[in-house]
Amino acid sequence: MSELIRLNLSDALAGLEKGDFSASELTGAYLAAVEEVRPLKAFITETPEKAIDMARASEGRRKKGDAGLLEGVPLAIKDLFCTEGVLTTAGSHILDGYQPVYESTVTANLWKAGAIMLGKANLDEFAMGSSNMTSYHGAVENPWRARGDNRPMVPGGSSGGSASAVAAHAAAAAIGTDTGGSIRQPASFCGIVGMKPTYGRCSRWGIVAFASSLDQAGPMTRTVRDAAIMLRAMAGHDPKDSTSVDRPVPDYAKALTGEVKGLKVGVPKEYRMDDMPGEIDALWQQGIDWLKAAGAEIVDVSLPTTKYALPAYYIVAPAEASSNLARYDGVRYGLREEGRSLDEMYEATRAAGFGQEVKRRVLIGTYVLSAGYYDAYYNKARKVRTRIAEDFAQAYEKVDVLLTPTAPNAAFPVGEMLDDPIRMYLNDVFTVPASMAGLPAISIPAGLSEEGLPLGLQLVGRPFDEETVLRAAGVLEEAAGFDAEPTFLAGRG
Amino acid sequence: MAVDKETVARIAKLARIEVDEAQQEALAGELSNILGWVEQLSELDTEDVRPMTSVVEMSLPLREDEITDGQRAEDIVANAPETSHGFFVVPKVVE
Repeated sequence: MSELIRLNLSDALAGLEKGDFSASELTGAYLAAVEEVRPLKAFITETPEKAIDMARASEGRRKKGDAGLLEGVPLAIKDLFCTEGVLTTAGSHILDGYQPVYESTVTANLWKAGAIMLGKANLDEFAMGSSNMTSYHGAVENPWRARGDNRPMVPGGSSGGSASAVAAHAAAAAIGTDTGGSIRQPASFCGIVGMKPTYGRCSRWGIVAFASSLDQAGPMTRTVRDAAIMLRAMAGHDPKDSTSVDRPVPDYAKALTGEVKGLKVGVPKEYRMDDMPGEIDALWQQGIDWLKAAGAEIVDVSLPTTKYALPAYYIVAPAEASSNLARYDGVRYGLREEGRSLDEMYEATRAAGFGQEVKRRVLIGTYVLSAGYYDAYYNKARKVRTRIAEDFAQAYEKVDVLLTPTAPNAAFPVGEMLDDPIRMYLNDVFTVPASMAGLPAISIPAGLSEEGLPLGLQLVGRPFDEETVLRAAGVLEEAAGFDAEPTFLAGRG
Repeated sequence: MAVDKETVARIAKLARIEVDEAQQEALAGELSNILGWVEQLSELDTEDVRPMTSVVEMSLPLREDEITDGQRAEDIVANAPETSHGFFVVPKVVE
């Protein structure tokens, strides 16, 4: 059955529709793949019994003519989404044993559309990281290795387990969350497609909160078409999230016309950093040439506040995190370390339950919000954020979409950069600005580095214009023809 | 902005995270580095800029103030490390 896992989501749906195979057969093949890729540590929890039951139920619906948008397709779910009765850890020790009594809106939407859960995918602790090395449940490995180098590479982060599972064919697709690049950077590192929709497009209800003004769920898939299909099922208004937007969800796959003639594509000059590796620059130029050849008009634009986006992000995100993570107190869920007083219990629980990077960010956040510093740091960062959003708004008066690299480098070996937080943060230098402005953005695999590791290109669009982003991404994907395979692929035998 | 050990101890207290002496030293260095790096924001003139409050242009939706959920006491304490008769149990607070 191993040939079934080679099918991307769209082709798997077509095969199910035609009756070439059943949801149970497809699920069985993926469950075997999930077992096979265990060395990658892409999953924290596997849910095979649930998957088998869901597959059977899916077959019933299909037989009755009630097939949903994702009927019978097995998915990996980032372990940041609350799933009813299934261990949800956020990659943290402090949520030991936590079994939500409710389902997140996005996963509920997926199940309503007929999708099947294979398990909960590993991630950086509380989605804080760009390498997936901060997970309490172990570092995820990238299925790709550098040429002539047998060291395990990071999958990127924080949605590293989701990216690794999709790249290794251990899931037809996955969902992740993106706060500053946590879908797009791992997609780039693992050679898959990852999309962060506009802030407000998908409900945040039931997603373990990191930085609430930035967090957004999105699809991680093998193709742009798969991302379009997934997003349609995930998105929609939810009264339980007051920032979720009440506007119709288009049929995103219809936007994939393969046509960009006359489309104005902006190239922001501030993204051309002085120390940018030649291969990243070359790939970017290649992307520009591909779109030009397809009839798009390339326009140089300026986003002058770009270099301030990352430092401002490292005020806003930790500030919001320090507030959101106050709920982990040893009282309501997860871990408790005893103490003589209530305060000592809190302090001991949080000392034992949070990892190093989470502590660092909670402390930074507490500091920038504390009396006397609030204006100098937090308000300053919010003003910078306004400037960033204004930069983009001005650019979109002239262009329809922006093209940039996704990340300044390819995947790096597990263990590197851990003791250099700022160097690690720089992984997100190209993804953070769109996050700060709440814009839709996608990463698509566009080529290989000199070491043979995947590199992604990013497209950023206007608010709620996912369709143009997907349309341009489809054309880039076609031109790139990325068909390289990772070193470790399930079902290869 | 350099952060010293005393400042780390103070914010750790505010954040309710126990940090021992040795960690205070290390964290003071790390936090100073990060805050030193974000210091570059002061180069940017933001005098007349309004701080962002909402990243998408929308007004906060209003709804009727009515009960839509409830009677789920068991669910609420289901994941607590220690409970008694439907209550969360914590170390003694009031003598």
